[in-house]
Amino acid sequence: MSVFLFKRLITLIATLVGASIVVFLVLEILPGNAAQILMGPDASPDAVQALAVKLGIDRPPLERYGHWVAGMLTGNLGESYAYSTPVSELVLERLSLTVPLASMAMALTALIALAAGIYAASRHNKLGDVGVMGLSQIGIAIPNFWFAILLILLFSVHLKWFSAGGFPGWSEGILPGLRALLLPAISLAVVQSAILARITRSAVLEVLREDFVRTARAKGVSRRGTLWGHVLRNAMIPVVTVMGLQFAELLAGTIVVESVFYLPGLGRLIFQSISNRDLIVVRNCVMLLAAMVVIVNFVVDILYAAIDPRVKASDI
Amino acid sequence: MTALPVATPPLAHGPAFWRRAFAHRSFAIGAVLTLLLVVAAGLSLVWTPHNPYDVNMSAKLLGPGAAHWLGTDPYGRDIASLLLVGARASIAVGLIAVGIGLVIGTAFGLLASARRGWSEELIMRLADFGFAFPAILSAIMLTAVFGPGMVNAIIAIGIYNIPTFARITRASANAVWSREFVMAARACGKGSFSITMEHVLPNIASVLIVQATIRFAIAILAEAALSYLGLGTQPPQPSWGRMLSEAQTLLFQAPMLAVYPGVAIALAVLGLNLLGDGLSDLFDPRLARKR
Repeated sequence: MSVFLFKRLITLIATLVGASIVVFLVLEILPGNAAQILMGPDASPDAVQALAVKLGIDRPPLERYGHWVAGMLTGNLGESYAYSTPVSELVLERLSLTVPLASMAMALTALIALAAGIYAASRHNKLGDVGVMGLSQIGIAIPNFWFAILLILLFSVHLKWFSAGGFPGWSEGILPGLRALLLPAISLAVVQSAILARITRSAVLEVLREDFVRTARAKGVSRRGTLWGHVLRNAMIPVVTVMGLQFAELLAGTIVVESVFYLPGLGRLIFQSISNRDLIVVRNCVMLLAAMVVIVNFVVDILYAAIDPRVKASDI
Repeated sequence: MTALPVATPPLAHGPAFWRRAFAHRSFAIGAVLTLLLVVAAGLSLVWTPHNPYDVNMSAKLLGPGAAHWLGTDPYGRDIASLLLVGARASIAVGLIAVGIGLVIGTAFGLLASARRGWSEELIMRLADFGFAFPAILSAIMLTAVFGPGMVNAIIAIGIYNIPTFARITRASANAVWSREFVMAARACGKGSFSITMEHVLPNIASVLIVQATIRFAIAILAEAALSYLGLGTQPPQPSWGRMLSEAQTLLFQAPMLAVYPGVAIALAVLGLNLLGDGLSDLFDPRLARKR
């Protein structure tokens, strides 16, 4: 296990370093003189130079990269040009919405998908199975932002049960905050639960074909007892690992859904910063999202190896 | 010396294949929906009910009728015409982005499989690294630097496809390299490049076709999302995603404007997914021989 963990850790660090180099090259070097871009083409050279010194972009690229990486490791992400606020404060404030949103979506995904997948597997080749798989095909085809708009149309415009967008803030209480995140979480969960339901059904069907399941039934264990006591524990191994990978997809998906519901999350911060040409914020937010995706994939790899020893053996 | 026979995917061509194909429910429905998408895009090149770029404020937000089958948008533009022309953007982005992923990803995957060792390890680690940047994240980076547009959207989605094709190609190609006919080719003195082009690639073509179909669907979804965010296809070029973005501001006045483009996207993606599922079943010799 320690060899496997060490190899995966090296891969994780190498991937994070590689991602940081790409983000730095694309968002720091490629744009050219960020001070000139911020001040416009008619700004005086002295003013541009003063801003360049303030932003630290008068230094060599390698030094700037080192300074940025060191800052990320110590929590010093620089200062936003548009908001004149430390970037770390902005990011933490926005993460306090994005992370709960992604977590709620993940919980809903698991709830819907596991129930649907297990039901479909237990009704294999019958109407229930066909119905669930048909619905899942439609679910996979629906864009999550369109589903979000349809939810607004139904629950906000017609039924008036929910607000069409916005977030009251956690200071108003947990329940109002969760209520504001419910429709966004459902729209994120639809596509992922459709995918996970299919995977759950396949995993359960595969385990149902195993000899030990036939043995359990032959010994007199009921269908329900076999399903809950023997089948699900084995079927959940690939399902749990896919859920971990889906969390990374959900994080990327929040970027779009936050725009639909005008939620002040990390995604909206990125778009506002692009409009403001505040590349330092864009750079740090993009790196943060990429790092979250990479780290979640790493944790999933480790969990999978911890649950299924065949993975470690094949890797060594 | 007689040429070695090139192994082709079994049961994958000829009239019998097409008979089985159209008897397969997923393939048949998927083919019809995909054909509808292609026909809509093709038709828009020569005819649309109205000029989709014509602004006519006196005809804004009309409901469905004889003159405008699906009504008009807030600028008086015909919705049906916009949907037809919007299909073009989806197909263009899908084709080019999948093409980028397919060509570059397959090349890397074949190289990794043929060379093995540290080359394979390096290419696979680069592919893992590519997964750290979902299409939207790549598009955001490109947009922040170069500005929004269809070209940047295509590049972002194309780059996102490369690791997937590389991994699938390498996995499938590794299985072919271990086959006896490939070992026989090597024993006869054939080089890696010849074996890759004459034996490996034809035998993994079916896997790549299925994956290309699925990635096409994902590319259409990604293009729609980027256009919705304002990062993809730019005005005045019609785009399903941007139609949804504009419709969202008019949910109280004209809710159906938010339905039509979404249905178009969903039908296109559903068709391609069903087509991919159908092709996957048809190309699987185990399922074919059960019939």
